[in-house]
Amino acid sequence: MIYFQLFYEFFKIGLFAIGGGMATLPFLMDLTARYDWYTKAELTNMIAISQSTPGPVGINMATYAGYNAAGIPGAVVATLSLVAPALVIIMVIAKFLADFNENKTVQAAFYGIRPTVAALIGYAVWELVKISLTIVHENSVTTIDYPGVLICATAFGIMQIKYCKKLHPLVWIVIGAVIGIILKL
Amino acid sequence: MNIKNKKISGKILSELYISFFKIGALTFGGGLAMLPMLKRELVDSKKWVTEEEILDMYAIGQCTPGIIAVNTATFVGFQEAGILGGVAATLGMVSPSLIIICLIASILKNFINLPAVQHALAGIRIMVCALMLQTVVTMAQKGVKDKLGIFLFLAGFLIASFTPVPLALVVVASALAGIIAKRQEGKQA
Repeated sequence: MIYFQLFYEFFKIGLFAIGGGMATLPFLMDLTARYDWYTKAELTNMIAISQSTPGPVGINMATYAGYNAAGIPGAVVATLSLVAPALVIIMVIAKFLADFNENKTVQAAFYGIRPTVAALIGYAVWELVKISLTIVHENSVTTIDYPGVLICATAFGIMQIKYCKKLHPLVWIVIGAVIGIILKL
Repeated sequence: MNIKNKKISGKILSELYISFFKIGALTFGGGLAMLPMLKRELVDSKKWVTEEEILDMYAIGQCTPGIIAVNTATFVGFQEAGILGGVAATLGMVSPSLIIICLIASILKNFINLPAVQHALAGIRIMVCALMLQTVVTMAQKGVKDKLGIFLFLAGFLIASFTPVPLALVVVASALAGIIAKRQEGKQA
């Protein structure tokens, strides 16, 4: 029953993806290993589209993943399941725990969680890099896509410049599309 | 942060839904990118919350599961009109995403096999790599502050990459590690 699977998986993501939308990414990556809802390459497209359309990125990605898995009903189930745990938790905090974020134990827990969330996103990004910057040949030999690596490294380098850091992801995505079309990548 | 003593009417629920629908439809990217829009709509126009309350909510959002922007919606809705208000605001926030993404996904499905679209997506995927690498660098700079941070970062990366340990378990274990480390620090001090 795909809707129940979607509910179960996205409820779990909503519960354990802590620290914002991108924290859902490692969990979405994890799903590619267990379900055939979307491939890693499709996940990369989903990130690009989620970053270039209105709405919170985390919600957009969940909606897209659900849509790929089971059409519009799948999109609705995935999105609502993702927000359900937080809906309950936030209301409880709002009612009973006014100083929740100043609590010593909560702060200590986050002292541990923050580097881990960065690491998990790092894992997901490494998986994306592995499939986006390599070429799989017909005899299933995989080689590095050197032009791709060069473009990626150049863009990453330019992003370190102070002014360019603030550019919206959409700008970079449009540049990527134009380069892709011109160079016939 | 108490719930205001207000009669919960259909009017306030639909106002909450519409306000957050607008915010969801008009802001690109979540997180801090949403702050100016939240301020304009919730503080200046509707006067539901103060700017300080929104910033507090962001702080709480960083320490709770879920999407920060959505959590802010739940919080404001709950404050204004109880549980139903929280639900209405949350649904308002996610509705535009549902509509826009389903629309784009169904359109893209029809064009995905065009060579130009394939080339564009190939270029976009490379750019996404650069963007996401940048995200990881920024998050690591914010989150990895000391030896324990470095250890947890490396351990998290290696466990996620090379073992079948569920990611949820990794998150919970790191929370415990943080609590234990702070306890030890407290004992030594």
